[in-house]
Amino acid sequence: MTETEENIIEVKNLVKKFGNFTANDNLCFEVKKSEIFGFLGANGAGKTTAIKILSGLLFPTSGKVMVAGYDVYKHRNIIKKNIGYMSQGFSLYEDLTVKENIEFYAGIYGLRSKEIKFRFAELVEKLGIQDMQKEFVKSLPLGWKQKIAFSVAIFHKPKLVFLDEPTSGVDPITRRQFWDLIYEAVENDITVFITTHYLDEAEYCDRISIMVDGRIDALGTPAELKQEFNAKNMDEVFVKLVRNNNLQNE
Amino acid sequence: MYEIEIHNLCKNFGKTPALDNLNLVVKKNEFYGLIGPDGAGKTTLMRIITSLLLPDSGYLKVAGLDPGKDYRELRLKLGYMPGKFALYQDLSIEENLTFFATVFGTTVKENYNLIKSIYSQIEPFKNRRAGKLSGGMKQKLALSCALVHKPEILILDEPTTGVDAVSRREFWEMLNEIKSHGITIVVSTPYLEEAALCDNIALMNKGKIISSGSPEEISSTFPEDLFIVETKYIPQTLKVLRQFPNLINVNSFGHSLHLVLKKNTVQTKEIVDFIENKGISNIKVKKGKPEIEDSFIYFSSSNL
Repeated sequence: MTETEENIIEVKNLVKKFGNFTANDNLCFEVKKSEIFGFLGANGAGKTTAIKILSGLLFPTSGKVMVAGYDVYKHRNIIKKNIGYMSQGFSLYEDLTVKENIEFYAGIYGLRSKEIKFRFAELVEKLGIQDMQKEFVKSLPLGWKQKIAFSVAIFHKPKLVFLDEPTSGVDPITRRQFWDLIYEAVENDITVFITTHYLDEAEYCDRISIMVDGRIDALGTPAELKQEFNAKNMDEVFVKLVRNNNLQNE
Repeated sequence: MYEIEIHNLCKNFGKTPALDNLNLVVKKNEFYGLIGPDGAGKTTLMRIITSLLLPDSGYLKVAGLDPGKDYRELRLKLGYMPGKFALYQDLSIEENLTFFATVFGTTVKENYNLIKSIYSQIEPFKNRRAGKLSGGMKQKLALSCALVHKPEILILDEPTTGVDAVSRREFWEMLNEIKSHGITIVVSTPYLEEAALCDNIALMNKGKIISSGSPEEISSTFPEDLFIVETKYIPQTLKVLRQFPNLINVNSFGHSLHLVLKKNTVQTKEIVDFIENKGISNIKVKKGKPEIEDSFIYFSSSNL
């Protein structure tokens, strides 16, 4: 278990097939404790499939996958207790208030009501949502929904949180506030695993992987990748990598 | 003569103002962008332009017609691609396209030339059901269906939201090709960097147009000084700069920070010293040209 003391995720030769289609083609990577890991890729490259496997929602076809020190084949339920997950589409119940959503999720994770009360008060203070806590989630602007959904995903203080396109469509100011929350989570020793289509956000990650057609075709710090692809920013890295691949396929 | 002309347009949903006194004009064959986040009012505006929703008040002419009264005539001149995939999932690619052509009293053959560059990419799969297509293919089919009757104005509601950076570029290239056929294009997007690809844009936030014009015009009306701060330590430097005296705002932009300060009040050296005094070294600071996102942040904060 020495490796897993430094790495919160270890993936070796991960393959996932749906019928004849290979969604994840021999993935190998590690995510270190308390880093922000950007998991980028084109639409349909296989990111969501990989996240589902890492979060214990889907079995791999083959390969070794360890998350928070546990094997995804054997300990899916323990893994789920140790992670948070903010999905691309659904994250909060629209017909419940902010407070009810948080109580519901915290209850599922087995937090005691005293603890919930305490942490909820902390959260209200931090986000400045005193006026908002009794409102239905559906009446909130998207930016607020996403900030609250993130807070819900880490409410049980997981070791690791998966964020699947958390900032899509969010205004530029709130998008940056969202990143402040991410940095704060990292300071509290939560590892962040994030996907995004905003390539400026890729620059805020400690390390990045880029998936193309089910494979990881690039992996490194933003600075390393910019050097490797002789690019001035991550947008250029991404375009070079994905576009070349598209041209090869034609 | 404008293709779209809007004065003092208002629309409320209950007590919530969705559009608050909007003014904008779009010229013929212009590529016009409505740029803004979720909740800005882009979709409401598009639904009013396309005659799907009536405004509460204000003046509105589209292709010389009044969408409230002349909607039958107007709809023949419009192509509309809504934000959600709205084609028939159980019909094939070809059936969907033929259906839309027939509804508009034309044939696929008659306007094939207009859709050829887009439709030919999905034509090899023409018998596949629309519900079984990938995101990119759905988008191409939706665009073909919106164009098959050769509209004067093509209106696209967030066609690139949630789409990866490369597919987004390819989509904008398709739109430029469509523009070359003389069609006026109005497109909305939450990706502010896409503004640079439009002839003219309106930056929208919370039901208001906070700035409009060509991307260069908007950039040149930025009233303050913008400094670009390069550092290896983005979050740490950001924290330090939030304490800068008389700060207007500071934001991260990928691998650099953008610092906005009152015009002609601070020299770059003062900024370097300020950061280095807090123990962060290797700082580079230079004056920079504001991007659309800088303008958006500035104008939406000053309009609160």
